[in-house]
Amino acid sequence: MTISVSLNVNRKAVSADIDPRTLLAQLLREQLHLTGTHIGCDTGQCGACTVHLDGRAVKACNILAAQVQGANITTIEGISAANGDLHPMQEAFREHHGLQCGFCTPGMIMNAIELVQKHPNPSEDTVRAELDGNLCRCTGYHNIVKAVIAGAAGMKG
Amino acid sequence: MHTFDYHRPATLKDAAALLKKNDNARILSGGQSLLPALKMRLAQAPALVDVNALPELRAIKLEGAVLTIGAGLRHSEVAAAKDVLISIPSLARVAAGIGDRQVRNMGTLGGSLANNDPAADYPAAVLGLGATVHTNKRSIAADKFFTGLFETALKPGEIIVSVEFPLPKRAAYVKFKNPASRFALVGVIVSEGGGHVRVVVTGAGNSGVFRMKDMEKKLGEKFAPESIARSKVAANKLNSDLHASAEYRSHLITVMAQRAVTAALTGN
Amino acid sequence: MNAPYIGQSITRKEDLRFITGEGNYTDDVSVANQTHAYFLRSPHAHAKIRGIDLSKAKAAPGVVAIFTGDDLAAAKVGGLPCGWLITDVNGQPMKEPPHPCLAQGKVRHVGDQVAVVIAESLHQAKDAAALVEVDYETLPAVVGAADARKPGAEVVHDGVTDNTCYVWSIGVQEAVDKAFASAKHVTTLEFANNRLIPNAIEPRAALAEYSRGDDAYTLHVTSQNPHVERLLMTAFVLGLPEHKVRVIAPDVGGGFGSKIYLYAEETVITWASKRVNRPIKWTCERSESFLTDAHGRDHITKAELALDKNGKFLAMRVFTTANMGAYLSTFASCIPTILYATLLAGQYTTPAIYCEVTAVFTNTAPVDAYRGAGRPEATYVVERLVETAAREMGISPAELRRRNFITQFPYQTPVALCYDTGNYDATLTAAMKLADVDGFEARRKQAAERGKLRGLGYSTYIEACGLAPSNIAGALGARAGLFEAGEIRFHPTGSVTVFTGSHSHGQGHETTFAQVVADKLGIPVENVDVVHGDTGRIPFGMGTYGSRSIAVGGSAIMKAIDKIITKGKKIAAHLLESTDEQIEFKDGIFSVAGTDKQKTIAEVAFAAYVPHNYPLDKLEPGLNETAFYDPTNFTYPAGSHICEVEIDAETGVTKIVNFTAVDDFGNIINPMIVEGQVHGGLAQGIGQALLEGCVYDPQSGQLLTGSYMDYALPRADDLPSFKVDTKVTACTHNPLGVKGCGEAGAIGAPPAVINAITDALGVKDIAMPATSEKVWRAINSKGRKAR
Repeated sequence: MTISVSLNVNRKAVSADIDPRTLLAQLLREQLHLTGTHIGCDTGQCGACTVHLDGRAVKACNILAAQVQGANITTIEGISAANGDLHPMQEAFREHHGLQCGFCTPGMIMNAIELVQKHPNPSEDTVRAELDGNLCRCTGYHNIVKAVIAGAAGMKG
Repeated sequence: MHTFDYHRPATLKDAAALLKKNDNARILSGGQSLLPALKMRLAQAPALVDVNALPELRAIKLEGAVLTIGAGLRHSEVAAAKDVLISIPSLARVAAGIGDRQVRNMGTLGGSLANNDPAADYPAAVLGLGATVHTNKRSIAADKFFTGLFETALKPGEIIVSVEFPLPKRAAYVKFKNPASRFALVGVIVSEGGGHVRVVVTGAGNSGVFRMKDMEKKLGEKFAPESIARSKVAANKLNSDLHASAEYRSHLITVMAQRAVTAALTGN
Repeated sequence: MNAPYIGQSITRKEDLRFITGEGNYTDDVSVANQTHAYFLRSPHAHAKIRGIDLSKAKAAPGVVAIFTGDDLAAAKVGGLPCGWLITDVNGQPMKEPPHPCLAQGKVRHVGDQVAVVIAESLHQAKDAAALVEVDYETLPAVVGAADARKPGAEVVHDGVTDNTCYVWSIGVQEAVDKAFASAKHVTTLEFANNRLIPNAIEPRAALAEYSRGDDAYTLHVTSQNPHVERLLMTAFVLGLPEHKVRVIAPDVGGGFGSKIYLYAEETVITWASKRVNRPIKWTCERSESFLTDAHGRDHITKAELALDKNGKFLAMRVFTTANMGAYLSTFASCIPTILYATLLAGQYTTPAIYCEVTAVFTNTAPVDAYRGAGRPEATYVVERLVETAAREMGISPAELRRRNFITQFPYQTPVALCYDTGNYDATLTAAMKLADVDGFEARRKQAAERGKLRGLGYSTYIEACGLAPSNIAGALGARAGLFEAGEIRFHPTGSVTVFTGSHSHGQGHETTFAQVVADKLGIPVENVDVVHGDTGRIPFGMGTYGSRSIAVGGSAIMKAIDKIITKGKKIAAHLLESTDEQIEFKDGIFSVAGTDKQKTIAEVAFAAYVPHNYPLDKLEPGLNETAFYDPTNFTYPAGSHICEVEIDAETGVTKIVNFTAVDDFGNIINPMIVEGQVHGGLAQGIGQALLEGCVYDPQSGQLLTGSYMDYALPRADDLPSFKVDTKVTACTHNPLGVKGCGEAGAIGAPPAVINAITDALGVKDIAMPATSEKVWRAINSKGRKAR
């Protein structure tokens, strides 16, 4: 069986013919060449594949591409401003050394952005609790937490 | 994943027809448990019927002493829904504590109940609040719904549409998380309402979620943590695994139950 | 941003690509016409393979080829080599049973590779793999290290009937025994150092391409050391000339040791890429990572410390059994020996130390270096002994340490190492202040009022980094050199590309190395780029592990810089009509001493590439220097970690309320990056102490912690914010005075955490990981001293 899906990715209309087994993460990485969305596990826990689905942070390796028919998807490649200016959360991760190997980083940033949309003034405890869907093996989270709090301030403008 | 056909019906009626037509088809809701199982080839289905587009599963309403939540509501939506927050705040907190943020943004009430993972939170809440599960065919009381590990009273082709919760006087759920999976190593919900107390345990039972009648009785006499300080679930009724022995789970049930009672009393 | 750059917390040059999703990890690389590989793995811990029927699988849609161990044997593909020869106490070489890339006749751990299926798509490869019929005759499995040498234990390798790879020792046992006989106090501990699964978040991956026209291979692979990967694969396994194989390790998503090694998968697909004459891509699934990435630790140890009446250490005696797993991974043999027992002096003047290590084979995944590699295990032995001895003798743990600290340098330990420098009291004093040890008893009392148990634990560790003087390593059994290479390529218009054999997979070398080069050459840091991870571009390299990059790789770059400056002086002397001896170099400017005549280094570089006015009779044009650096000693980072825990007595849940680390890494290039390295190490060390433990079923050998559902990897809310600081004693034997910082946290943290928990509980010991159930049981145990 092959099915067609049409959706918006990073504000651009795209469509593809896919095997129904295709995961959203695979559609993004392999067919749309948006390789910033990473795959770090197979049980839906590491969060490296986090993207926004109609504004909600979700794990793209745990969603079928078929399920996002007609949806708006935003990936790490789509959050900078049109003029290339970085998103405040991206800036905050760089400024506060919130990344080392960089592999978990796109998922962290995508989750952090929605986290801040829900909790505009997050405390350290809130940030730590709300990052439970993302694993990082490099940073010990210390600087990620700092970055998210700084990013929250940055997102206020 | 093994191959499968994918269907995305637009109405409940179409979904039911597709399930009837495709033997052994599985319903795909949030997919947060089903998809990992399919990916790792631990589960297989010739067809998936995606219920995410069904408008019938999306209703949420508070009428009198009853809160009805559509089966398609995602955990994050339930956690944030005003009707839930004002009527059964403990249920909102259950939803807010399921899985992780991204899981809560996809996973649904109906999906969690149909899966009936023995360490999941929603089955505890539904049983602990004495809710009723409405399907496209009938209504099933929570006490009859959960029948064993990953097993429910649902018949092939039956779709959960909504869940009806009577409003409790007070209730609280306290979870001791498995440090790896973050599922409940032991989770206990206590509720009091309509002259009854319910105490329900998840994460620990040999056959999934269960009521703790001894505690219900004692709390019915006096709704206070000390009432159940000596009430224990026998370890031989509990599971032992890598993460906790039955003995430790038994101990935690009593501690979590007491904490839940305290939380219900203080509203925290 | 202005010079000097060294010592500044410059934000990282590499970050832009990572925060925008433009990193280039191995699995991000795809090429035209590529096929996909899937490895069929053993479901059994131990089984004979009676036969493999590929007929159905080969007929499946999209299958390009399927290979088994027989195909590799027929093609004379060798087994995976071990890079370090340990000599047994009897003078015999260690047992090195074959490590075939695809199983030959037998599988020896769950996940052992049995066949590779190559297909047009990954789905097709997996579908076909499910059709491969393997006829297994299952055998009993030997799983725990303690069981491997028991009489009647199942034999993992036919030629190794006692499952013993080696028995090795260091120190003079008689002298140690004599000291114990005269001791006033002896502290004894028996414990396991729990087995860990590394879990870099990027799973291993590889993409192998063969060019028939050039008869050459290109391999993209998740490696910490691409040159070593190439050397081992070509010379020892595939029999290919190195100039026909290019290994590229692009952005690599964490390693922690697990990506040092030559693994079967990339070796098989490199070989197979010629057979099928198509590119082959392979990406490990996380479930496979759990089964097949080399694991870490897994020791069982009995350790004793002898003290005199004043608490002076007299001797230490340690017996360790180390689990090697089913096969010897690339550096497995040196971890529980050379990198372990040599560290048992710790920061102390213990005059006599004896350690005996028995390495055994079991039906589990291979065990090799994981962040710290031997040194965390040694530190755990020393620091648990010291803290326990302090409690037993009624001396404060800090005071007992101070009575035994080494204070005179250089210091020759009784276990082969010679520490060049250090100031252990300085880090301990600073850590105690930062941790507010003085206020601890008040906090403990306050916690008790809330029904909580508080405890404080110390760990004053040392590590040996900067691996390693090649001649010493060679004498100890290393089969490779341990130098590093670097190249400085000045471009005609004044910018610089640095090529380093070190590999960055999170460490930030593109920034720190640029800071060093920019400062030393006196050019803007923006004008320096660092290239790593490509055998096609870099002269040579031994890669990154053992906290060696700045100490060894940085030193190689310093040597290349010296050569650049030396040549620059000659060019400047010509341009300024002076002599080489008269030319001084400072802040990017060559000048004639005592005059105002000068040329910038950019002008000199330009002259070197546009040599119109140039001493062509005496000097080659160009400004491009390569250097190799072989260290003269290890470096010895050291520090003091203090952990404060609060335990919920009802549930046994331990919360780290305060973790302080004051470390001495020598001179520091970029404090922000160093702090980040410490944070990450601490998280892994705390993970080992509280959460992580690889568990196999003791009978079946099935991995019970085979996913994040069962292996507790620390999450953000498992950890506190850390208090970190540094003190500096500069390394005496490398040009930057640096020591290395990557592993310190993972080394220092575990005993600090366990010392804090045992302090809180009033028990002698608790096993790692100290899960809530273990703590709860300890609280309710009889042996506990109530506080």
